[in-house]
Amino acid sequence: MNRNGDTRQPGDSPAGLSIRESWAEWFDRHSRTFFIAPAVTLILIFAIFPTFYSILFALSRVKFSTTGLRFRFVWFDNFYNEFTGSEQGHFLGRLEGISIFGWLFILVVLAAVIWWLYWSFRKGTSWVGMTGRLISAAMAIFVAFLLGSTLLSGNLWGTLLTTLFYVIVGCSIQFVIGTGLAFLCSQPIVGKNFFRVIFFIPLMITPLGVGYAFRMILDVTKGPFQPFWKFVGLGNWAWSTNAWAARSFVVLGDSWQWIPFIFIIMLAALENVPRDHVEAAQVDGASSIQIFREITWPQIVPVAVTVILIRMIEAFKIVDLPNIMTSGGPGIATESMTLHSYFLWRANDMGSSAAVAYLLLILTVVVCASFFNYVVLGQLRKAHA
Amino acid sequence: MSDTSYKFEKANRGLLERLFEPPAIGQMSPVAKLVAYSLLTFWSAFVIFPIYWVVITAFKDAAAVNQGPYYIPFLDFQPNLDAWRVLLSVDPFCDGYAIVRQFGLLAHNSVAFLLQPLVHIEPMEPQICKIYLSFTNSLVIGVAATALCVTFGSMAAYALARIQYKPKFGNIVIFVILTLFLIVATSFFDIPWYVSSSVALALFFLLARVFGKRFKATLGNGDILFWMISQRILPPVVVIIPVYMMFQAVGLLDTHLGLIIIYAVANLPIVVWLMHDFFASLPIELEESAQLDGSTRFGIFWEIVLPLTGPGLAATTLLTLILNWNEYLFAVFISTSKAQTMPIMVAAKNAGERGILWWEMCAIIVIMIIPVIIMAIVLQRFIAKGVLLGAVKG
Repeated sequence: MNRNGDTRQPGDSPAGLSIRESWAEWFDRHSRTFFIAPAVTLILIFAIFPTFYSILFALSRVKFSTTGLRFRFVWFDNFYNEFTGSEQGHFLGRLEGISIFGWLFILVVLAAVIWWLYWSFRKGTSWVGMTGRLISAAMAIFVAFLLGSTLLSGNLWGTLLTTLFYVIVGCSIQFVIGTGLAFLCSQPIVGKNFFRVIFFIPLMITPLGVGYAFRMILDVTKGPFQPFWKFVGLGNWAWSTNAWAARSFVVLGDSWQWIPFIFIIMLAALENVPRDHVEAAQVDGASSIQIFREITWPQIVPVAVTVILIRMIEAFKIVDLPNIMTSGGPGIATESMTLHSYFLWRANDMGSSAAVAYLLLILTVVVCASFFNYVVLGQLRKAHA
Repeated sequence: MSDTSYKFEKANRGLLERLFEPPAIGQMSPVAKLVAYSLLTFWSAFVIFPIYWVVITAFKDAAAVNQGPYYIPFLDFQPNLDAWRVLLSVDPFCDGYAIVRQFGLLAHNSVAFLLQPLVHIEPMEPQICKIYLSFTNSLVIGVAATALCVTFGSMAAYALARIQYKPKFGNIVIFVILTLFLIVATSFFDIPWYVSSSVALALFFLLARVFGKRFKATLGNGDILFWMISQRILPPVVVIIPVYMMFQAVGLLDTHLGLIIIYAVANLPIVVWLMHDFFASLPIELEESAQLDGSTRFGIFWEIVLPLTGPGLAATTLLTLILNWNEYLFAVFISTSKAQTMPIMVAAKNAGERGILWWEMCAIIVIMIIPVIIMAIVLQRFIAKGVLLGAVKG
């Protein structure tokens, strides 16, 4: 401060310029802060703070009053309600009367998980790794229990399993078809760029538009496939009243939209595979299946698992398609957890809404972290080794 | 060697071999070609058909939609412009300056919001007809959010690629504890949010200054980068209820500014992730020589680094723009009428008393997807160069 005052002697330099210079210097000196501060501030205020604030909502009963919101702290009541209380049927599904197949399935998964834990313990996994594996194992057993007591016992399942259904079935279908199309497009074919542009388009169309377009197209009486439905004797069938048909059609719309994402990245990965390796193998008389399995696949696996991970993260957020195609119906058959939370919010039950949202966050993090640790990291290590 | 060259000579091969084996290295066999082209054609049809159906439905009238499927315009049914006439009906406020006025409205209302604690400026009401309102809302919000997001995101990404940061672990703990105190104080003890947040912020800087030097454990750039990117895992529905409450408290509900901020935050992880990769792959020598010449850090970033990442920056911008344009969940919570975006307007057509007005809805969807398809074709050329691939591998 003093030194600054000393340098600004009268006659030394024009005072205004000197001040402006020091202002710019000050800005430059602190540029490391200014570069990162806006992004960090935005994330802290609008992502981290709300995440913490959400805990409070999830642990309270919230009421509107004239002065604003009234919070009444109820500990884990909202969560108990989802797991064992009146919301159980909605969130987890109906859990009574587990059939023999259900028990069998649960026991098989239990045994597999315990064997896996024992095996990783014997391999000398660190205690951090063991903790992570215990969490993954608990989640796997819980999901197996839900599957055994709902699907395999003929009971309806809830929004948690519906979300997982969208994620697992949707991602698998999208990955297989997307990679297949990318493989076809990486072959020496004419019009590659044309197909590339066409296949890319659905990704960019608003999910809302996709939902309405598929609702129109799948309409049994007015849609374009009406003659087909009539021909197979389903002229009066409303697929929106059949749980499995509705779920499959939501996955169909989701796949239409997201296959391009897998396609475009896998295509870029396939084109990065050195051409001469493949041609050398062809000269040696290898069949195309052998070439794919032995040469191409090992080189694209790291990208493949990463792209599945990214797709999974996005798939957990699915809301537009079920909301528009079926509004979550029939009953709750196509309701994803985001949609569940949205419906609760609309019914002014903010506590439960936040609780479901938090459970979705936990589910997403556990599943994605498990996939990252056991699949993606392993493949990346193998690729670098 | 002689074996293999023998194999590829046409005269020596039977019909089956000719069908199933490639005629030369690097080509496909006839059967494989047939299978590949039919699969690709089938998939093209599967991709195009829904879009085609939406487009022709936009030119149908109620009868053509409700009486059953009509496939080809002019042969099956007579296309008409009913839906478009309803949507684009003449309105005193529908003129060429609508978009300019919308940007003016955004500027005016943002200034009014920022000066709220000092002076009260009456916010402007949008004076515009329905479809233009949604369209310009979407445009204004999309462009502004993208600009904000790409600017801040690439600044942060550049900083993380070039400058070493060492946030103290203890400071983060202090921050988290103070945040929790702030939340409890505001919710249960009825302290106004501006008082409690200023106190919490002041306390944070005080405590960080006092205790900061004692904390030894620090995090690195990798941790910050991971933290930023991992925000993408956060389902929007987790943050939306608190964000709704925050916006309600400061009067940002159903405003452009509110949606712009929340869209920018939602897309920051993608921008940081993609841009970090481009910046990290640039040679550092250029920047070092510029630094020797006396350029400021911001000058280097603005004049040297950003132009070098041209294609990557363009791809990231387009991607963000498209994501903002299509966003639905935040819009459905935060915008109701004045800041209503296109997706909300499409969904609103569902709630009418006369059932779904498919033709009008399809006309709006067509308006929505035309700019996106153009952008997608442009974007596809960037992505084809492996722009996204580098990020995925990294």
